[in-house]
Amino acid sequence: MTWKAAANAAFRFFRRGIAVPFNSTIRRCIARLLKQASAIAALAIVACTTIHAQATSFDDAVALFAARSFADSEQAVGQLQISGNPQAYSIISALRDGRLYADDDTKKVFIKAADGKITDAATGQPVATMPDVAGVVRLNNRLRRTVEAALGNLTLLSPDVTTRLQAAQSVFKNHDSAALPLVDAALKTETNETVKRALAVARAAIVLFKSDASEAEKLDAVAAVKARGDQEALALLSSLPGDLSPAVARGATSAMASIKSNLALWSTVQDAWYGISLGSVLLLAAIGLAITFGVMGVINMAHGEMVMLGAYTTFVVQDAIRTYQPAMFNYSLLIAVPLAFLVAGIIGVLVERTIIRFLYGRPLETLLATWGLSLVLQQAVRTIFGPNNREVGNPSWMSGAFELGQITITYNRLWILCFSLAAFTILLAMLRYTRLGLEMRAVTQNRRMAASMGIATSRVDALTFGLGSGIAGIAGVALSQIDNVSPNLGQSYIIDSFMVVVFGGVGNLWGTLVGAFTLGIANKFLEPVAGAVLGKIAILVLIILFIQKRPRGLFALKGRAVDA
Amino acid sequence: MRHTLTRSLDRSATTFLLIVAGAGILLPLSNLLLPASSPLHVPTYVMTLFGKYVCYAVLALSIDLIWGYCGILSLGHGAFFALGGYAMGMYLMRQIGPRGVYADPVLPDFMVFLNWKTLPWYWYGFDMFWFAILMVVLVPSLLAFCFGWLAFRSRVTGVYFSIITQAMTYALLLAFFRNDFGFGGNNGLTDFKDLLGFNVQASGTRAALFATSCLLLALSFLMCRAVVRSKLGKILIAIRDAESRTRFLGYRVESYKLFVFTLSACIAGLAGALYVPQVGIINPSEFAPGNSIEAVIWVAVGGRGTLVGAALGAVVVNYAKTLFTSGALAPYWLFMLGALFILVTLLLPKGLVGTWYAWREGRQRAALSLDADSAAFEDSGVKPHMAE
Repeated sequence: MTWKAAANAAFRFFRRGIAVPFNSTIRRCIARLLKQASAIAALAIVACTTIHAQATSFDDAVALFAARSFADSEQAVGQLQISGNPQAYSIISALRDGRLYADDDTKKVFIKAADGKITDAATGQPVATMPDVAGVVRLNNRLRRTVEAALGNLTLLSPDVTTRLQAAQSVFKNHDSAALPLVDAALKTETNETVKRALAVARAAIVLFKSDASEAEKLDAVAAVKARGDQEALALLSSLPGDLSPAVARGATSAMASIKSNLALWSTVQDAWYGISLGSVLLLAAIGLAITFGVMGVINMAHGEMVMLGAYTTFVVQDAIRTYQPAMFNYSLLIAVPLAFLVAGIIGVLVERTIIRFLYGRPLETLLATWGLSLVLQQAVRTIFGPNNREVGNPSWMSGAFELGQITITYNRLWILCFSLAAFTILLAMLRYTRLGLEMRAVTQNRRMAASMGIATSRVDALTFGLGSGIAGIAGVALSQIDNVSPNLGQSYIIDSFMVVVFGGVGNLWGTLVGAFTLGIANKFLEPVAGAVLGKIAILVLIILFIQKRPRGLFALKGRAVDA
Repeated sequence: MRHTLTRSLDRSATTFLLIVAGAGILLPLSNLLLPASSPLHVPTYVMTLFGKYVCYAVLALSIDLIWGYCGILSLGHGAFFALGGYAMGMYLMRQIGPRGVYADPVLPDFMVFLNWKTLPWYWYGFDMFWFAILMVVLVPSLLAFCFGWLAFRSRVTGVYFSIITQAMTYALLLAFFRNDFGFGGNNGLTDFKDLLGFNVQASGTRAALFATSCLLLALSFLMCRAVVRSKLGKILIAIRDAESRTRFLGYRVESYKLFVFTLSACIAGLAGALYVPQVGIINPSEFAPGNSIEAVIWVAVGGRGTLVGAALGAVVVNYAKTLFTSGALAPYWLFMLGALFILVTLLLPKGLVGTWYAWREGRQRAALSLDADSAAFEDSGVKPHMAE
């Protein structure tokens, strides 16, 4: 080994372990220094005193691979792991992938990258060629396990936050006491709060399973695991060895009880969130139906197909954007919403003018005719787009999720909730403040009187039907984000939407809102108890029983005109 | 005037019964007695196909009874049909006995497959034919009675009723799809062997089933006709046309509705029971809401409130369906069906038979008034009286 290599290794270690003046971003380092002055000073002393020893031990460890024996390799991996050298990770991963070569004569070790580039393992410097005598360092199963564990531990020091977090989680799960010094080292340098917490909990897990840890340490560890408070913490506590001191065992039991009750609470919150999310979907699907049914007394069985048309509009928009303007993909939904409203709305007006207009006063026939229409629309879409599911992508701002306490909230569900509430509010405002809204309300309350006052009821009918269908279309845009876009998309929502309308009552949008969220939440709370299918059946039965009490729904219109 | 209308109904009813009886006798005879080479020979599969149509016709009759005469549009009548079918299917499953794939003497194959050890209690008794037939009648009637009692009592009418019946059949669809429900789950009941000791695949049994279906059609027709022509039937029509007014006249509307709804479900159940041995399978898709709505359109095509029309519509639409879905036109069948829904409701609200009646009535009326006109012309001075 050359002095240059040693110096280089030392330099790298220095730079990695304690970021001092060599770092180009000095200001950040100074800030960090000021923040953690004491910790770093302490570590610096340790590092400086051991630096020579470490550097040589690192190089010796690397050279051990050249011995070509499994035992030596294992020892080398163990030493590399605790060396804290930034090269350690790439060396060990190269060993795992069979890309690590060693030259017996010079005791030099090389890494062959996947693209064929050769680097010196000890220094990380590129090397032009490898000596011909160099051979692959071999592995056996036992060594492979050691390598995997070492890699898991080593990623604790990875520059990438997610990798560090995952490594901390994996240490928490396997609570291997060998990782303790590494975790301690990582804890000292860690700056990210989340990772720091994860590391602390991982350390606690190790301490709990370490037989020679003191009782006080273990109690602290129990408290730390309790603070984590999720399913995994519970699993860890329940798998604790039996030889704990009584105080620790008591602490663990009470921690488990508190975690359990906490988790039960969170699971209720989670169910409620799922329920609200389902409710928002139902609201979107049912709100247009409520308008057409409420104002015109028309049961539109093709409503689900309007939803489907909206979803297919989204697909077409995304397809066009992918072909012509891939950069615009994130805006695809913003373009799709008005287009879907127009497409479904125009088809709605056409349907009203050509079919439904002739069937006023014959609700049962309207139901049949619109059912026929739904068959035609479905088959038309099937003919044009094929019977299979179509791929509709999530824009980046709608994909992913975030954690809130112990529950995970996906962005697309959250956006759909906001979207449905926005649609509801806009519709409500429209009914309340615009002329069309006024006319629609008048027609709902008393068609003949409205006509006598000079409202063109048939025009209002056409616009109402167009509006209801248009809203179904934008519901389709939202549903395309969480459901399969297929010709059958609408059918799966139609019965549920009807249930919402029947439950909430017609002629009042608030009824639809309350109905949708009640049914959504009730459904999700019944699901864990009774299973998805039985839960749904239970809901249907409950609605049938509910109708006994209030045949016209929760928010029924009152008055003489209702029965007409 | 009224006299001629009754006579025309009578004549069509007689024609209808004659056709049904003729088909019920001639088709099986031709199938069994004539050699396969004869041009008049009816192959077994054609007979079975028509047997299916006849069962559909009975279902259509049951729907016409409530929709055409009482104004109750049930979008869940397929559920009663399927329940009757399941009861019969359970009997047929029990008849398989040890001949199943797993050769269990008591448990049907799917239960052995699901690792069930004993027969669920609701399968008891289905090894006896009379019990199965009793259930075929009782289960749909009981469901209809409970459902109707709840619905009519709280005055759920019109589209609301249609929607909750649709929800009912949807709920049953979901339930029967479940394996642990004990009715074969997704696959349903199939692979039948014997019916009353006769092989269900044999032509003789098929012929007998066809004849029985025709008999059931004739009997249900006579029964529905008896109901709608009685005083009870007049009240049903009154309920259809003005429910509140009938109520105010002192009739207990909900009792009438409940009676006719239950009767209708019972007929639908019987139709399902005869349907299953002929098609050889019953599975949850029979509960699909789409099926029930399709049955309603048969009635609409034939003519609601005519009974004969309902049966005719079922046969015509299903014949067209077989014709279209088997050939190159298969992708267009749904367009056809959808267009049928729209066009019939828009252009032919009385259906085929109803339009035919109206046309004949119009012609007779015209003839009458022509007579009256000419009489008035000859005997001037007396003002011509229009009929009625």
